[in-house]
Amino acid sequence: MNLRKATGALSALALTMTASTAFADGHEGGTLASVTGNGAVQCGVSQGLPGFSNKDDAGNWTGIDVDLCRAVAAAVFGDANAVRFTPLSAKERFTALSSGEVDMLSRNTTWTMTRDTQLGLNFAGVNYYDGQGMMVPTSLGVTNAMELDGASICTNTGTTTELNITDFFRTNNMSFELVAFEKADEVVAAYDSGRCDVYTTDKSGIAAQRLKLSDPGAHTILPETISKEPLGPVVRQGDDGWFNVVRWTLNCMINAEEMGVTSSNVSDMMNSDNPGIKRLLGTEGTFGENIGVSNGWCANIIGQVGNYGESYEANVGADTPLQLARDGSVNALWTEGGLMYAPPIR
Amino acid sequence: MASQTERDGDEGGLAALIYDPKARGLLFQVILLLAVIGFFAWVLDNTISNLAAQNKKSGFGFLGETSGFQILTTLGTYLIESRPGEATYFDIFWIGVINTLAVAVIGIVLATILGFVIGICRLSSNIILRGFATVYVEVLRNLPLLLQILFFYIVVLRILPDKRDPGYTAFDGAFGLNIEGLFAPYPSISDGFGTVLLAFLGACVLAWIVAWLARKRQEATGKQFPSFWVGLALVVAITMAVFYAVGQPMVWEFPRFLNAGDELPDGRTVSRIRAGYDITLGGMVIVPEFLALLLALSLYTASFIAEIVRAGILAVPGGQTEASKALGMSNGATLRLVVIPQALRVIIPPLTSQYLNLTKNSSLAVAIAYPDIVSIFAGTALNQVGQEIEMIFMMMMVYLVISLVTSAFMNWFNDRMRLVER
Repeated sequence: MNLRKATGALSALALTMTASTAFADGHEGGTLASVTGNGAVQCGVSQGLPGFSNKDDAGNWTGIDVDLCRAVAAAVFGDANAVRFTPLSAKERFTALSSGEVDMLSRNTTWTMTRDTQLGLNFAGVNYYDGQGMMVPTSLGVTNAMELDGASICTNTGTTTELNITDFFRTNNMSFELVAFEKADEVVAAYDSGRCDVYTTDKSGIAAQRLKLSDPGAHTILPETISKEPLGPVVRQGDDGWFNVVRWTLNCMINAEEMGVTSSNVSDMMNSDNPGIKRLLGTEGTFGENIGVSNGWCANIIGQVGNYGESYEANVGADTPLQLARDGSVNALWTEGGLMYAPPIR
Repeated sequence: MASQTERDGDEGGLAALIYDPKARGLLFQVILLLAVIGFFAWVLDNTISNLAAQNKKSGFGFLGETSGFQILTTLGTYLIESRPGEATYFDIFWIGVINTLAVAVIGIVLATILGFVIGICRLSSNIILRGFATVYVEVLRNLPLLLQILFFYIVVLRILPDKRDPGYTAFDGAFGLNIEGLFAPYPSISDGFGTVLLAFLGACVLAWIVAWLARKRQEATGKQFPSFWVGLALVVAITMAVFYAVGQPMVWEFPRFLNAGDELPDGRTVSRIRAGYDITLGGMVIVPEFLALLLALSLYTASFIAEIVRAGILAVPGGQTEASKALGMSNGATLRLVVIPQALRVIIPPLTSQYLNLTKNSSLAVAIAYPDIVSIFAGTALNQVGQEIEMIFMMMMVYLVISLVTSAFMNWFNDRMRLVER
């Protein structure tokens, strides 16, 4: 009896060993190959941040980060729906990416040096320039962040916000108490019940989470921005092929906006004589093939998802509940005085 | 010919070896052992090469680095001196360990007391007590713990008064309870406290000697001596005498409540946001996260302990109770001297499991912002450092050590309680 068990275990062991050696090799073959093999992009998103990655009433994922996932799927498969979403907490996200559970993160993740150099990650660009802000109940009568000495502050664990807020209060020699929760919803609930005087996170996040408060109008967002939070898509280090696909997907969306190519006019633009647009849409050159996808990759992205400006206005712009006006902000195109700038496709 | 015979003999020997169950068993054991070693070697090798391929840091060097984030005021931050943002990751680790231990130890004490009371109530002849205990056990042990933790936290936050309200106070403001937590006096220690501590320990030894002598005398002559009360009096009297002799080296600092517009000692006026209890001026705070977690853990575990206690008491044969009644012992004495010592033998082993469960369940603290080891070390710190393998390993070691120490203690206690058969 024991003997039979032992031999059974042995053969199972032998099987696992051969199988997993093969897996390890396949893994190094490149994420693009494994994504193509799976038939879908596995994309890590947030657990629900309106405007960035959130499920709508019909249960579909929407948001500016979600659009980027769909754009990558459009580039690789020509089908923006060939994407599967994995909601991740701030704590889980990097482990999920480096363990291969997801192919890319598009999860309002701040680009920092430590993350870029020590966590085995690569940031493929910036799709939203954010900064950390603070919200207080209007009834406290606080008008700027320098009046916050002695405040208790609610925030999320596992984010840069904990570090930024500690830095800010230390620099200004003010005391504070930090209450850090794992999930964004719990932070909002604690702040709403009066556990904290201040709710701090990225300003876009505040605009989004504020909608969940019992009385959104009774809270003020302070004018200070206490940090730089460039948010962008992340991939594993050491896989340049996949890195290129994700980076140029974002660049395609930004370049398209700059050239005036939108989802509604992209089919007309296919006949354009403008050499820049011809390269963008793949009617000239082999830019798609050079990164391992079809030459019509960017046309697919624009046709199915839209350019950067369309994605912004639909998800976080002035006409959305978040009301993050783009004109004059750092997220405007460089031609409009903002920071959105993509290297040329040539 | 001779060689042929030898070979035949060899083959016979090999065949005999194959059909010898002992030898065959040994062979498979060796193969299995090699396979297991090979498996772990392969896992290790794969891990190292994968980490290298991803360009990730490894090793324990990160422990000396500055963490740069602040942690909620808890026992850990009282004991580990850490200025906001200047603590190293090793400090963070210890703060987490202390906080986990704090909630586990206090939770175990509370759950045990409550569990024993409820368990005895379950057997009471009073229908109200029995009914209450039954409802308690059936409700609390049948709801998921995480739900209870969140429930208590939200209830605690919703019923407590606002931060800028003194809230529920007791003993003329020595204690105060509002949404920021429970504010209590803080013992401030000065030089000479060590002497008092020594005097206290000396008095304890003295009390133990008195008890030992009294027992000897009782065994020899049968005369009883109130050694417990004498011992207690000795400890209190000696400690207090030394305490006043060295000039009261410990004073209680009381929490102070500041209203907006009050003047601070340094001349500044209190702003609207600063109003509330200020522990930098004295006193200490027990945060609501700790209170909610402690409440949920002890109430939940108490429901299991109650059932264990009930089972233990029922396991004592009724004849024992009847015999002690026949000897003229009171109900209380019967319970204390006859039933419980025998019930404990049944109770202790499953009780140990409950203690271990409570300790491990404390890791659910992460849901309500209590900075235990999982929340701050495997949460915030792990996210900044990103070395999952080393940090999760350290955390597993912490739980393993706590659990092994708990079971070692309980096994020792169990041995002492064992029925000594003569």
